[in-house]
Amino acid sequence: MDLVWLIPALPLGGAVLLLLTGTRLRRVAGGLASLLVGLSFAVGVLVFQDLLALPEGARSAAIHVFDWIEVGAFRAPVELRVDPLSMVMVLMVTGVSFLIHVYSMDYMHGDPRYPRYFAYLNLFVAAMLTLVLANNFVVMFVGWEGVGLCSYLLISFWHERKAAADAGKKAFIVTRIGDTAMLIGIFLIFATFGSVEFDQVFGAASGVAPATATAIALLLFGGAVGKSAQVPLHTWLPDAMEGPTPVSALIHAATMVTAGVYLVARAHVIFEVSDVALGVVAIVGIVTAVYAGLAALGQDDLKRILAYSTISQLGYMFLAAGVGAYAVAIFHLVAHAFFKALLFLAAGSVMHATGGEVDVTRLGGLRKRMPVTAAFFAIGGLALAGIPLLAGFFSKDQVLAATYEAGRTGLWITGLLAAALTAVYIARAWSLTFLGEPRRDLHPHEAPPLMTAPMGALAGLTIAGGLLGLQVQTGRVQSFLAPVFGGAEHATAAGGLSELALSVIASLVALAGLAAGWYVYGSGRVDVSRLRGRYEGTKRALESGLYLDDIYGRALVLPGKAVASFAASAVDQRVIDGAFNGLGRAFASLAAVGRRLQTGLVRTYALAFLLGATALLLLVVVRS
Amino acid sequence: MRTPIAYFLILSGLLFAIGTVGVLVRRNALVIFMSIELQLNAVNLSLIAFSRQLGGVDGQVLAFFSIVVAAAEVVVGLAIIVAIFRKRASANVDDVSLLKW
Amino acid sequence: MDLLVFWIVAPISVGAGILMLLQRNAVHSALFLILSQFTLAVMFALLGAHFLAAAQVIVYAGAIMVLFLFVIMFLGVDRREALIEPLRGQRGLAIGLGALLVAVVFVAIRLGVGLATAPGPAPRGDNVEAVGRTLFTKYFFPFEVTSILLIVAAIAAMVLARRRARGVPDTEVFEEPEPEREVVP
Repeated sequence: MDLVWLIPALPLGGAVLLLLTGTRLRRVAGGLASLLVGLSFAVGVLVFQDLLALPEGARSAAIHVFDWIEVGAFRAPVELRVDPLSMVMVLMVTGVSFLIHVYSMDYMHGDPRYPRYFAYLNLFVAAMLTLVLANNFVVMFVGWEGVGLCSYLLISFWHERKAAADAGKKAFIVTRIGDTAMLIGIFLIFATFGSVEFDQVFGAASGVAPATATAIALLLFGGAVGKSAQVPLHTWLPDAMEGPTPVSALIHAATMVTAGVYLVARAHVIFEVSDVALGVVAIVGIVTAVYAGLAALGQDDLKRILAYSTISQLGYMFLAAGVGAYAVAIFHLVAHAFFKALLFLAAGSVMHATGGEVDVTRLGGLRKRMPVTAAFFAIGGLALAGIPLLAGFFSKDQVLAATYEAGRTGLWITGLLAAALTAVYIARAWSLTFLGEPRRDLHPHEAPPLMTAPMGALAGLTIAGGLLGLQVQTGRVQSFLAPVFGGAEHATAAGGLSELALSVIASLVALAGLAAGWYVYGSGRVDVSRLRGRYEGTKRALESGLYLDDIYGRALVLPGKAVASFAASAVDQRVIDGAFNGLGRAFASLAAVGRRLQTGLVRTYALAFLLGATALLLLVVVRS
Repeated sequence: MRTPIAYFLILSGLLFAIGTVGVLVRRNALVIFMSIELQLNAVNLSLIAFSRQLGGVDGQVLAFFSIVVAAAEVVVGLAIIVAIFRKRASANVDDVSLLKW
Repeated sequence: MDLLVFWIVAPISVGAGILMLLQRNAVHSALFLILSQFTLAVMFALLGAHFLAAAQVIVYAGAIMVLFLFVIMFLGVDRREALIEPLRGQRGLAIGLGALLVAVVFVAIRLGVGLATAPGPAPRGDNVEAVGRTLFTKYFFPFEVTSILLIVAAIAAMVLARRRARGVPDTEVFEEPEPEREVVP
């Protein structure tokens, strides 16, 4: 277990090495990066085994790496926490990252900045691992910022494209808003508890006034909203699809965006002390889930469909957390990581084969030429929709069950609505892409092995996850995570529908949605173009995310730019530069006056010294 | 009756002042130089007066040295004026004004 | 007796000085300066500095001023200085300064020596002998140094005033620099 520091250190070393010598390593870069992440995963497994060796009640260890900040009473050592929650995250992050690294080796083949891509990717993994392994808020924040940075770097990887550069900036700035709230939250934590270390903060949380706890919780949640792209800070994620598809798979589906959920789960103690914070979390989650589901329905860009889908699923996770079912939220997080990454990688495969085409209205009939990809996409899609026996079913089902059992029936019904939307849009996506006749004259080929193998692995995990889901049913997942969440799982409300009934309802909703989606878009029985024509306005509204992006643009971005340009011209140029230049000019004029003394004429100089001499003489005479 | 020392000193001061005005007012380099010589003479008078006042001949020796050095200075100064005159064909000091802003 | 001599000679001295200033012809200025120096020699004699009175006449009036005259004539006797003063305020300031100087000297003397103090007793013995004795014993070193100074001055004058061979400029040609344009930041 003492080797746990290797887990983030290995990819960090890889990043540094690749940044410094990448151009020389060229083709080995991808393999090297993947290898390091793989090793990190291996170490993770070893540490996990060590963890399991500990008795159930005592599964929590703090590994001190080195002392970092020590100022007065403020201590922020680099300490890593090994407990069920962090290890689950570690294994998921390293595992999925490894698969995506391998995938990228073929996807990014031939890119002129190939080594740098892997350097950033490794750096990202290192930062994410720091985030989940941290044992205090400061180190966690370091990881938090690190993933934000890498997200920016990777989204705008092809920065020659203006759209990509803009998307990177947007991501960074929007998440920055959340990050600021989180930072203030951390300040407040230190002010309230006198420490930022998890053990001390969570241990003393129950003694804190609810109002303070609410403030802290909401501020931390602000960070989560930004990072996990919940309403209202979600606008960056659809645009982030400008980045390479593996990046979207890793960062914007499986790992970085889940950091918010992890944060809420980790700090749940604080959230529980406050009476309103959890409610806010749940409401934000469900609103986002429905909103994003609607928006996904209106997208034509395959990746954007998946992006909004991610936002929606994250909403689900927050919903779960908001009703107190943290273990369920984490389980859905992991399951979602598997199938969403799979979906993205499959989309990447489609793009790779069609030369970058992402518009579903222009794709079609790819099933015949790319059967493997079609199958994988289908598996992912079914899991997303929540079909029984696949991972997504159990996790989503549990989310809904937990909501119902917590007595929040309204949320439960809305959750079902969101599930229906999910099924519809994913069915639409799959149908339009893979069914029917090819709409374009493409010559797609199946993906190369380095791309299909990871997809296969993820598909396997998606299915295996379903089996694990049975464990959720029996509560073993919850009890595994109990050392972290112990006692926080809310008791099930007696009465109402039984668990089986809930599962059946959920499955029926999913199936209905899938059927509807397939019927409209895939069966050929509905004239899609006429449908589009009739609901043109609605579609446009949905596509633009209910114009939220435009509203932000007009209400915030334009004034912001105006202020910035004002500051640049009036303040910076006139006031500040003016002051400096004016100072310079003042000296110059002073000097100009002064240099008139240098007439060059002997007689004026003679006058000058005689005047001086007389003055001295006077001085002497007066003094004596 | 002996003349009070003060009279010599005042005469010296007066001659010195005249020399000063001459330096400032005239533009001919040679006349300026002559005014400086007048100043030196005035100072010599002053030195000798004090020498008499205080007894001993030290003041006179100093005045002697002053004359010697004035001679050397005149020699060099006139050589310079001649050299400049050769270049510029003018002994007007106002023309030698290159070292200005 | 002394007083009478003084009061006759002193005005001549001052007058010669002032007239020296006012001449437009440089030769006339030199002649008035010579007159002034003669009068000063008389003053020296009054004060008992006989040796220096002689030196004044021989060296100053006799050698230095003659040198001056040589140069004046060499550089063109017929140049007459213009009467208008190009520099504004120069004359006013100069006269003011001169008056101020006189006033300061007067006050200083009044405060220091006192206006009515009689000179000390005339030193006994031959003045020339006394000067010689002091010069070659107490001030011997400065004496030798001054002689070196004279040699150096003579050489310097020769170097400065000589004509170079044809084609070699004796001083570097110095171009008037162009007036600077105002640098706008």
